[in-house]
Amino acid sequence: MSTELKSNLVALQTIVYREARRFLRIWPQTLLPPAITMVLYFVIFGNLIGSQIGDMHGFTYMQYIVPGLIMMSVITNSYSNVVSSFFSAKFQHSIEELMVSPVSPHTILIGFVMGGILRGLGVAVIVTLLSLFFTDLQVHNLTITMVVIVCTSAVFALGGFLNAVFARNFDDISIIPSFVLTPLTYLGGVFYSIDMLGPFWKTISLANPILHMVNAFRYGILGVSDIDISVAIGLMLLTTLILYVVCVRLLISGRGMRT
Amino acid sequence: MTLALSIKQLRKSYANGFEALKGVDLEVAEGDFFALLGPNGAGKSTTIGILSTLVTKSSGRVQVFGHDLDTDPLALKRCIGLVPQEFNFNQFETAQNILTTQAGYYGIKLKDARVRAEELLKQLGLWDKRDVASRMLSGGMKRRLMIARALMHRPRLLILDEPTAGVDIELRRSMWEYLTELNEQGTTIILTTHYLEEAEQLCRNIAIIDHGCIVENTSMRALLGQLSKETFLLDLKETQSVVPELEGYPAQLLDECTLQVQVEKHRGLTDLFTQLSAQGIEVLSLRNKSNRLEELFVSLVEKNLSGDQA
Repeated sequence: MSTELKSNLVALQTIVYREARRFLRIWPQTLLPPAITMVLYFVIFGNLIGSQIGDMHGFTYMQYIVPGLIMMSVITNSYSNVVSSFFSAKFQHSIEELMVSPVSPHTILIGFVMGGILRGLGVAVIVTLLSLFFTDLQVHNLTITMVVIVCTSAVFALGGFLNAVFARNFDDISIIPSFVLTPLTYLGGVFYSIDMLGPFWKTISLANPILHMVNAFRYGILGVSDIDISVAIGLMLLTTLILYVVCVRLLISGRGMRT
Repeated sequence: MTLALSIKQLRKSYANGFEALKGVDLEVAEGDFFALLGPNGAGKSTTIGILSTLVTKSSGRVQVFGHDLDTDPLALKRCIGLVPQEFNFNQFETAQNILTTQAGYYGIKLKDARVRAEELLKQLGLWDKRDVASRMLSGGMKRRLMIARALMHRPRLLILDEPTAGVDIELRRSMWEYLTELNEQGTTIILTTHYLEEAEQLCRNIAIIDHGCIVENTSMRALLGQLSKETFLLDLKETQSVVPELEGYPAQLLDECTLQVQVEKHRGLTDLFTQLSAQGIEVLSLRNKSNRLEELFVSLVEKNLSGDQA
């Protein structure tokens, strides 16, 4: 192994360790809120309202929404971890520590993305454990479940990175989560099947990338989906690749970091 | 002679058209303690920004220990330790974590980084504060933390951008001692500072930059040798109401007991005291009005300014 590669592996480990340390240090802001929010969803939507709805694709309503709610937590947390961490580093100028060091832009990007994935997966585990107090869950296909959750997490971590690169103030890092991610997640089949929609809205819904992610994950857990799984996974991999290339180019150019 | 730094025709223009560097040429030998001085906005920080890759140059060539900024930037970065002007560490991290994280960026494993961090924190008097969040440290401690951070990977070239700004005199002197020791151990140091006394005390060679151009680049001894006159302040024993007549020594009273006298180098002070004594004026003490380097600095910058205006 070349010295350069060894050095970058240590740097990658350092960035991931630092990111994990950050979100664990501020756990009341990072890990606790999604746990409380999801418990409320389970109680209100799953137990109280869900008991009046009946079965969905052969599962109780609670079982049906659990994969979507896990996915919702993963999306929000992967995104917000990277956007807040990278923007804070820009804001405090501590990003300069990385920019002046001999770490390759790929290592920097992968480090931040892995930090986002770690938090996404950590929250997913917490939400899944909490869901077991409300319903039984069995994993239909572990490989698909893991591929989908990691890919989704990577896509939104990269999205968060992109947002942080262009953000100039703290308002700029809350616009996308509030006005884009939340509506797309609620309209992404977390609480309903698109089979319940008319043809027009069903077609429109297919343009929502989160619908594909939620359904692919639901397939991994329950074995049911409204969309073709291979298309969903293909789309996720393609999106990850495109976002990666865009983000790494921005890092190389030093956009928002170099003058 | 091995060059630690070689800069050729370095130019930087910003998007708004401002030309911060107008073809800077500079060489710093290995092992040197080098001062880069200039008034605010002269181009010092832009030059340092380009060396540390935080600023993108418009044109020109930069090499650090033979590693070219354009073709071998990673090797160049490994050679440099940077202490910037502004605090730029994560304010929520502890001092020790800041150091070990920085070491990790340079490929130093955590186990080794902890040993090095302990060594530096002890040397710089921060060991007791290793677990304190950096935002809780005093200004002087933060400055020392930035020096420790820059030294984690044992750089061959240490660049300090106003490292003692806002630091009290006692601490400044202990930092001077530390930097001198570091230089004696072989680290090449480039220093920018507003305290000209600091540059005079520490540095062997000096460049003065103004309006994006190097206006002087020589040894400290040669530069101070250019000083043709010095201004002294004399504290008088008794009050004076009129300026005494001193042939060959332009003088003025700053207050009743303080006389300011300009002394040309070839004249010396003996004749001055003879004339004062002849007039019955007793002198209690004598001091330089300003640092010798400061006088030269001001004259060089003023000369450059008048040249620009012409």
